[in-house]
Formats: sequence, C-alpha cells, structure tokens
Amino acid sequence: MNSRLTLPDVLRAGSLGLRSRPLRALLSGLGVSIGIAAIVGVLGISASSQSRLLAQLDALGTNLLTVAPGQALGGGQAYLPPTAPGMIRRVGPVLTVSATGTVPGIHVFRTDKIPPSASGGISVQAADVALLRTLGATVQRGTFLNAATAQYPAVVLGASSAQYLGITDLRYPVQLYLGGQWFGVIGVLQPVALAPNLDRAALIGYPAAQRYLHFDGEFTTIYLRTDPNQVTDVQAVLARTANPNHPEEVAVSRPSDVLAARAAAQGAYTSLFIGLGAVAVLVGGVAIANTMLTAVLERSSEIGLRRALGATEAHVGLQFLTESLLLSGLGGLAGVVLGSLATTFYALSNHWFVIVPPLAVWGGMASALLVGAVAGLYPATRAARLTPTEALRTV
Amino acid sequence: MRPPVLELQRVVKRYPGKPPVEALRGVSLTVHQGELVAVVGQSGSGKTTLVHVMGTLERPSSGVVLVAGKDVSEMTDRELSGLRAWQLGFVFQQFFLLDGLSVVENVANGLLYRAVSQAERRRLAVAALERVGLGHRLGHHPSKLSGGERQRVAIARAVVGEPAVVLADEPTGNLDSASGASIMQLLADLNGEGRTILVITHNHEIADSVPRRIELRDGLTVSDLTVAPRWEQQGGGAAGE
Repeated sequence: MNSRLTLPDVLRAGSLGLRSRPLRALLSGLGVSIGIAAIVGVLGISASSQSRLLAQLDALGTNLLTVAPGQALGGGQAYLPPTAPGMIRRVGPVLTVSATGTVPGIHVFRTDKIPPSASGGISVQAADVALLRTLGATVQRGTFLNAATAQYPAVVLGASSAQYLGITDLRYPVQLYLGGQWFGVIGVLQPVALAPNLDRAALIGYPAAQRYLHFDGEFTTIYLRTDPNQVTDVQAVLARTANPNHPEEVAVSRPSDVLAARAAAQGAYTSLFIGLGAVAVLVGGVAIANTMLTAVLERSSEIGLRRALGATEAHVGLQFLTESLLLSGLGGLAGVVLGSLATTFYALSNHWFVIVPPLAVWGGMASALLVGAVAGLYPATRAARLTPTEALRTV
Repeated sequence: MRPPVLELQRVVKRYPGKPPVEALRGVSLTVHQGELVAVVGQSGSGKTTLVHVMGTLERPSSGVVLVAGKDVSEMTDRELSGLRAWQLGFVFQQFFLLDGLSVVENVANGLLYRAVSQAERRRLAVAALERVGLGHRLGHHPSKLSGGERQRVAIARAVVGEPAVVLADEPTGNLDSASGASIMQLLADLNGEGRTILVITHNHEIADSVPRRIELRDGLTVSDLTVAPRWEQQGGGAAGE
C-alpha cells in the first residue's frame, strides 16, 4: 500500500497553480516568452535574409572578378591599357571577359529642353555585348545590346536609372537625349547585384559611343568569369596581366565578397541579438523562480494537505518542479510561435523565403525548459522539505 | 472486542529549545475499530500534537505508535505517506480545500495518491458527496460554499477512501453552533455506519456528545471515560441542538 502518483496526475497537480492564477502565470512566463521570441525571431529573420543573399550568391556565382584602374603612384587617377581585356582573356581559367568605359562629360536627359547644368547622377557607360552574360544579369524589359544595336544610338538603362527617368513601358518608342544626340531606349536591366554601379548607368555600345559621343575607348572596369575552382589563382595574376608595367595601379576585386561579407555581418548582429534574447530568458527564469518561491510560501497549507493525503516528499517536489517546467515550457512555446510569426511577417514583407530554423525552435524550447528546471529546482526542494506539520501550521 | 486501529504506548513528543517543550509526556491510548472518540483539552494541552503524531504527520520523540497494527517508528517517508494515503483520513479546522478545484475534484483528491483512475476517483467522490448531503454541489467551487458545507466536503474527502481511522482536528472550530452541531451529527452518523472517528476539540459540550471522551492536560491523559452520548441519553436529536 504505497503512495503513488501517476504521470497524468503529476501534470494535473503541477498545472493547478497555473489554472488557479492564470494572470500570474501569464506574467511569470512572459519573460521567457519574450526572450525565446527574440531568439527565434532573430535567427529566423537572419536565416531568411541570409538565405536570400546566399541564394543570390549561388545564382550569381562567386567566380566573377572585376579589374579597375586604381590610384597612380603620383596620386592621380591610373588608367588601364587598351590591351588589358585581350591580355586577361588569354589567362587559361578565364571563361569570359567584358569591359565597360565611362563616357566622360555626357549626361542623360528625357528631352533636349533641359539645361545641361540640371543633370542627374546617371553615368553613360560604353559596354560590350557580352556584358550581360559575364555578369549573369537579366533584362527587365526590352533587350540588351547586340552586335547591330551596339553600332547605333541605342541605350539600355540600369534599373535605378529607368526608375529615376520614369521609364516603365517600352511598348512605345522612348528616346533619351545624350550628348546632343537622341538615343532610343531598347531595354531596362534588372538590378545587378554584383555590379550595383550599373543600376545607375545608361549603357550604349562601344562603336556607338565612339561614333556619336567621341568616346576615346578607355576601359574603366573589366568584368571576367573564371573557372570557379581557380578564382584565387586568377585573382593573384590579374593585376600583372592587365597592366604589366604598373600592376600596383590596378584594383582587382571579387564582388561576391561584398555579399558574403554582408551575410557574415548579419551573422555578427545575430549573435548580439541572441545574446540579448538569452539575457531576457535568464531574467524570465529569475521571474519564474520568484513566482515559484512565492507559491511555495503561499501554498504551504496545500503542501501540508497533500502530505496528509499521502503525498511523499518527492511527489510534492515533483509537483512544483512540474509547475515551473509548465510555466517556462508554455512561455517558450508562446515565444516560438511569436518569433515564427515575426519571422514570417518580416520575411514576407521583404519578399524573402520564410525560414524558421528548426535549431531555433527546438533550441528555444530546450532552453526554456532548462531555465524552468533550474528556476524550479530550489522552490521544489524547499516545498519537498517542508514537514507536514510546518506546512499546516503556517496558515 | 473489535481490533485496535490506533495505539499509542508511552508516547513522548519533545520540541527542542531553551528550555525544550514536552507537548506529550507519555500518552498511552487505544482506539478500536468503529469507535467515536473525543480528545478534549484546553489550549496548549497537546491536542494538536497528539493528532499529528497519531496521523503520522510527526514522529514521536519516544514511545510506540501503531496504525492499523503497524509500528510507524521505523517507517520511511514513502511508507508513512502510503499509510496516510490508505489508512488515515484527516479533517482540519481550516478545511484546507483547494479553491482552484471543484467540490468533487477536492473530494477525489482524497484518493489521488493511491493511483486510482480519475474516473473511479470521481465516481467514489460523487458517492461520498451524496452521503454528506452535497450531491447537488458537485461542480461548485469551495469559495461559493458556506462554512458548514465546506467542512462537509472535507469530511467527504476524509472518508472517500474508507480509511481505518478518521482524525478530525477541531472540525467545528470555525463554524457557528448550528453548523457545528450538524457536522458532529454527520460524524456520529458516519460512525454509526462503522467508521472509526477521533475528534479533537476544546469544547466540552461536543466532547460530552460522543460515547468516549479522553481528557488531555499538559501533555498527559487525565481521564478516559466511556459514556452513552447525550443524544442517546435524551432519546435522539443532534448534539448542540
């Protein structure tokens, strides 16, 4: 004739305090909820954002390199030799090469009625027809330059340029006024993640730039794709290949590094916010411990009664530990739901994929339960050690 | 002679302190199955200590306590808890009902630590409540009941598991005289059905209304009288009425 308590009865007894004082339970679990919601939300939003960046990296590839003139030794602007693209093309692992050159002093206008001084920040770039393929860029509307249109006054606008000029529809002919010459708009690019300077550019063919705008043909940026396994090797020889006489005047970069760095920077912020969330969970644990200690004091008569009804010390301790675990567990569950909702809302409003990392969900629940166990341990022990007569006497 | 369900042999309970306090100073008594006993005494006479020691809520400093024939002195906490769950029922002056639970759930809690199924607990609790006249209050919460009704619920909880003995510590202490008399009548009726009940009280009138009265003074039994209860002497009627 032993004293026994079944698992469902442990849960019923453990939830009595929550059912009797729901508001107190709500407020006690709130700290853990907020902390877990912060952790899940930060991890979810960060993962959703990083997934967008990483997906972009995957789509764009990490094998794009750019070569541009750097600073001359004397302090002035350096120049790339006209032979640079051809030299680079001869490097074995290089797959494609494209070049652009800024046409100096030329501004872009919707009409010829606008005074030249009222120019915007749109640069005119001479581009070769392989640029789109090299960059992995796509057109939003119309078409890119080809061997024919590169000869004539035709222009392709970057995404920001088109937006700035208010060009949203190419079903009807649209013309722009560039350097005293009308150019027909034949296409608008999608934003180019690996070359964001092109978003604010107007691209015309090299022959057309030379013919209509008297461009001297100087390259300002060379874009190249390499074998993905030999990117760093190619990167190492590019400066010397582009300008053998003055390799120190050549700036070589890998645009995907910027995206990767942005993803990594988000990771750094994530750690900071997770730290703050962890502090909130810890504070929530202290709140639960406080609530449980108060409960042990307030409910000592209940403890005495239960001992009189046949509860062992372990049953009493288990009841209060269960109550603490339920408080923190329910708080953690609410936090996971809130954090997931915040992630979903934020990701959808930014047109990202919604990713709630399972590690955040299970990790959040596990840490909530761990906090509940630690917070409940001392109050449960204290309740268990209360002798029946002490408990009954404190009424 | 019916078998004893509760035996105390030279029980001493000493509380440490300067000077130590001896609440019980060698109490010996035996309660047999089916008896209704009142332990009467002034405040500080050791009544509550006695009920705690008899109820195994407290261990004696020396002496022997036998509950349902078992010596409790060497029992572990788990064994003592089992003994309370199966052999002892308690009724307290303060009722000790859990307000977060309904009346029927409170009574069913009397069987909680016997690992009886919830459905069976409820069935027995309903029967016990009907027996104490509260079959119509099953779903109510204790805060909605009068003092007398609350004590009836506590009595139902004490008897729901049919323990060997019910220990009632000042069961009428928080009640008006009419409710108190009604509770004493209920205890007498339950005793009439074969239950062993020991009532602790400081009220001599209540003590006079039960067949056996033990008087406690300064931790010692000074008298142990078995008399016909007053209502039997008067030919029926509830105590105190």
